[in-house]
Amino acid sequence: MATFDVIILGGGPAGYVCAIRCAQLGLATAVVEQEKLGGVCVNIGCIPTKALLHSAYIANLLKESKEFGVEAGNVTTDYGVAMKRSRRVSDQNSKGVEFLMKKNKITVVKGTGVLQPGKKVKVGSDVYEAKKAVVIATGSRVKGIPPIGLEINKTTVISSDEALLMERVPASLAIIGAGAVGMEFADIFNAFGVKVTVIEALPRILPLEDAEASDTLNKSYRKRGIEVIAGAKVTKANVGKDKVTLDVEAGGEKKQVTAAAVLMAAGRAVNIENIGLKECGIQLTERGFIKVDKNLQTSTAGYYAIGDVAGPPMLAHKGSREGVVVAELIAGQKPHPIKYDNVPSVTYCHPEVASIGLTEDQCKEQKLDYVAGKFPFSANGRARGTGETEGFVKILRDKKYGEILGAHIVGSHASEMIHELAVARENEYTVEEVELAIHAHPTMSEAIAQAALDSLGRVIDT
Amino acid sequence: MATKVHMEALSPTMEEGRLVKWTKHEGDPVKSGDTLAEVETDKAVMELVARADGQLLKVMVPEGTTVPVGNVVAWIGKPGEKVDGDGAAAPAPKSAPAPEPQKRAPSAVRSAPETPPQPAPIAPTDATRVKASPLARRMAKEAGVDLKLVQGSGPGGRVVKRDVESAPATEVQRTAPGALRTPLEGAPRTPYEDVPLTQIRKTIAKRLAASIGPIPHFFLTTEIDMERAAEAREALNKQLGEEGGKISFNDIVIKAVALALVQHRACNAWFQEDHIRYWNEVHIGMAVAIEDGLITPVIRNADLKSLREIGAESRELAARARSRRLKPEEYTGATFSVSNLGMFDIDQFTAVINPPEAGIVAIGSIAAKAVPEGDRVVVRRRMRATMSCDHRVIDGATGAAYMKTLKQMLENPLAMVL
Repeated sequence: MATFDVIILGGGPAGYVCAIRCAQLGLATAVVEQEKLGGVCVNIGCIPTKALLHSAYIANLLKESKEFGVEAGNVTTDYGVAMKRSRRVSDQNSKGVEFLMKKNKITVVKGTGVLQPGKKVKVGSDVYEAKKAVVIATGSRVKGIPPIGLEINKTTVISSDEALLMERVPASLAIIGAGAVGMEFADIFNAFGVKVTVIEALPRILPLEDAEASDTLNKSYRKRGIEVIAGAKVTKANVGKDKVTLDVEAGGEKKQVTAAAVLMAAGRAVNIENIGLKECGIQLTERGFIKVDKNLQTSTAGYYAIGDVAGPPMLAHKGSREGVVVAELIAGQKPHPIKYDNVPSVTYCHPEVASIGLTEDQCKEQKLDYVAGKFPFSANGRARGTGETEGFVKILRDKKYGEILGAHIVGSHASEMIHELAVARENEYTVEEVELAIHAHPTMSEAIAQAALDSLGRVIDT
Repeated sequence: MATKVHMEALSPTMEEGRLVKWTKHEGDPVKSGDTLAEVETDKAVMELVARADGQLLKVMVPEGTTVPVGNVVAWIGKPGEKVDGDGAAAPAPKSAPAPEPQKRAPSAVRSAPETPPQPAPIAPTDATRVKASPLARRMAKEAGVDLKLVQGSGPGGRVVKRDVESAPATEVQRTAPGALRTPLEGAPRTPYEDVPLTQIRKTIAKRLAASIGPIPHFFLTTEIDMERAAEAREALNKQLGEEGGKISFNDIVIKAVALALVQHRACNAWFQEDHIRYWNEVHIGMAVAIEDGLITPVIRNADLKSLREIGAESRELAARARSRRLKPEEYTGATFSVSNLGMFDIDQFTAVINPPEAGIVAIGSIAAKAVPEGDRVVVRRRMRATMSCDHRVIDGATGAAYMKTLKQMLENPLAMVL
C-alpha cells in the first residue's frame, strides 16, 4: 500500500493547486483524477469557452470593421474550426497541469477514487493511505431538469459538455438559465449565426449581478437579436427528434419556443455520489454540499473538502484559493482566512460583466447607508476610440467611511479591470485611495477612478 | 563605471559623521585627493577627500545630515554617466533637515517632483507607528479608538476593519489591569499562556528599553512634609463642598511640579539627537495605569491652570485613558512627567524617563511619620518624591535645585498662589 502525506481526490483548479502548494511545503502528495487534469475548468468549462468567446468577438468585430476603415468582405463563420481551436487550447492547458505535477513531483493516479475510513483512498484495486490528510475536490457537473422532461439526451437537449464539442451549430437554440454559462453560450452562438432564445426563471438575466448590469446586458443582447425571456417558467417540454418545443409562461403570458436544440445552463450538481462519503462519516449540508468547518475540514477529522463540493460560489478561483489554504493548514501553517465576500465574479460575454462585493439591491436590503458612484464608458476616451462604449463602472461606497461595499463593471475588459477593486477591498482602501492612485490616460480603468470620484460628488469627466 | 564616495571613518572611534558642507557640487570636476566635503566626526570637523578622478555626478546626502560610516554619500564618474543602484545606496539619514535629494542621475529623464512633506502622521514618532488599513484608520478616528491599543489581525499585524469593530467589545470582557484571565473551570490547565504583544505593549517595550538603556539616568530622592498641603487640601475641598470636583493630592503634586519647572527651565527640556529643546511651555505627562499597560495623558500648560482645572482634566483624561478613548494629541507632547504610586502604598520608587523628556518625578505614598521638630518628636504626614534625570540634559546640581523648589512648594502650598 502506497502512502503519501496528502491524497487529493480530483485534479481540477481546486485539487491541482492544493497539490502544488502541498508539494511546495514539502508534503508527499498524490492526486487522483479519473479524466484529464485541470478538471471542468480547463477541459469543458472556463478555458474552452474563453477560446470560443474570442472567436465570437472576432466575428462581431469583423461585421463592424467597415466603420473602422477595414473591409473584410463577406464574413463567414465555422463553428467546427473554432471548436477545434478551443480543444487545442484546453489540451495545452491540461498538459500544462500535467507538467506542473511532474515538476512538483506529485504522483498522479489515474482512475476513480473512493474514500475509505482511516484516511485511505481506493482506486480500482489499489489502496493508498494518507498520513496527514485526504482532500476532496471532486467538483461538479451540469444538471438537467428531468421533472419537466428536459433530461439531457446529448442531441436535442444538451449541456455545455456537448455544446463545446459540436462540429456544426444548430439553426436555433433555446438556452435555459441566464447565469454566466447561459449568457456566454448565447453570445457565442449568436455570433455564429444561431437564432438564440435565453429563458431565465428569475426576474432578470445574470440574477446574481447588480440590476443595472443585467439591464445593460439585456439591451445589448436584444440589439444583437438575441431573444431574452426573464421571469419565465418552462411548464412543459416536448422533445422531438430534431426539435424541442417549450411551453413558457412569462409575465402572465403563455408562449411557445421552438428550437433545434435546448442548452441546459441552469445550475450544477456536485460530485458527491459513490465516493465513500457515508462510509467515512462525512456529512452533507441541507443544500447537498459537503459540510465543512472554517478550516474546510469535514465532519470527519483528516478529511477536507475544497472547491465546488465545499459550497458556493462555485468558481475556479474560489476553489484554488481554498486549495492553497488547506495545503497550508495541513502543513501546520496559519494562513489568512478566505474572505468569501471578496471573490470576484465575471461573465465573459460581450460586453463583459464583472463584480465584487454587494449589489445595490443588497445594500438596500441590508439597510446600509451607501452612496453609488457611476461612470459610463460612453464618456471614456479610450472606449470611444475602440468603439466599445457600452457599459459603465459603478462603485457602492459606505457613506460614512468610504468603504467600497461593492463594485460593478459592464464593458470591454471588465474581467481585467475588476481586480483593481479586488485589491482595494482586500486591503481596505476606501474610494479615496482608489481615486488618489493616478490612472493612466487614456484607459478604460480611468472610469474606475471617475466612478470613485462620482461617489464623492466630484466627478471630473461627466 | 561611476565610483561611490563613502562616509569614511575619519577618526578611530567614528561611527557616523555629520555632513557639514559640500565643498564640491554636482557637476564640478574632481581629482583624486580633492576635498569634497567637511564632515563633523565625534571629535572634530574633518575633510572627506575624493578617491577617484572625474566629475562629482551625484550628491546623495544633503548638508546637515548625519550618515553612518560606510554609507554612500556621493558618486564620481564620467560626465553624463548614469549612477546605478541609486535606491539601494541611498542612506537613511538619521536626522535630515532637508528632504532627500532626487535619486535620479542628472542626465536621466525629467525628474519627478520632490516628495511633498508628509501630512501630519497619526503618531509622532516611529515607536508609535501603527500599521492599519485606510478604512480602519478612518473608522478608528471617527469612533475615537486609539489604534495603538488595538491588536491587529491582518497581514503582519496590520489593524483592519474587524479589529476596530471588535475593539470596544473586547474591552468589556477584559479583566483588571495586567491581570491574566483565570482559566475557566474545567478547562485544560496549561503550564503557561502565550499572549501576543499588543501594540501598546510593543510600544512600551520599545520606548522604555530605548530609555533605560541609552539614557544615563540618575535619581534624586527627597522627603517632603505634606502636612500643610494636606491641610490646604482639606480646606479647599470643604469650601468646594457639594459643588463636587474635589482636589486630590495628585492634582496638588502636578501643579507644584509644573510651577517648579517654570523656575527651572533647565529641567523642562527634550533631548534631541543633536540639540536640546528647552520648553517655555509646561506640559505635564501623567502616568496612568490602564488595561495591559500604561499611558501618559498630558495636562497642557499645567502651570497656568488652577487646581480645580487640573483636577477636572486629570480625572477626565484618566477615565478616557482607561476606556482607550484618548486621541493621539492627548498623550503626546509632554515636557516632563509625574508617576504616582502612592495609592499602592509604595514608599518610594524610581520611574523610567519617557523620552525625549529629560525628567520624571516618582511620587510615593503619604504616610504619618515621627519627625523631630526642635527638641521634640511630632507626627507629620510625609511623602517621598524621586526625580529621574537624563544626565545628558540635567546635571546633579540642576536636578537637586529643582527638587528643592518642588519640596518648598509642597511644604508651603501658599507659595503656589504667588
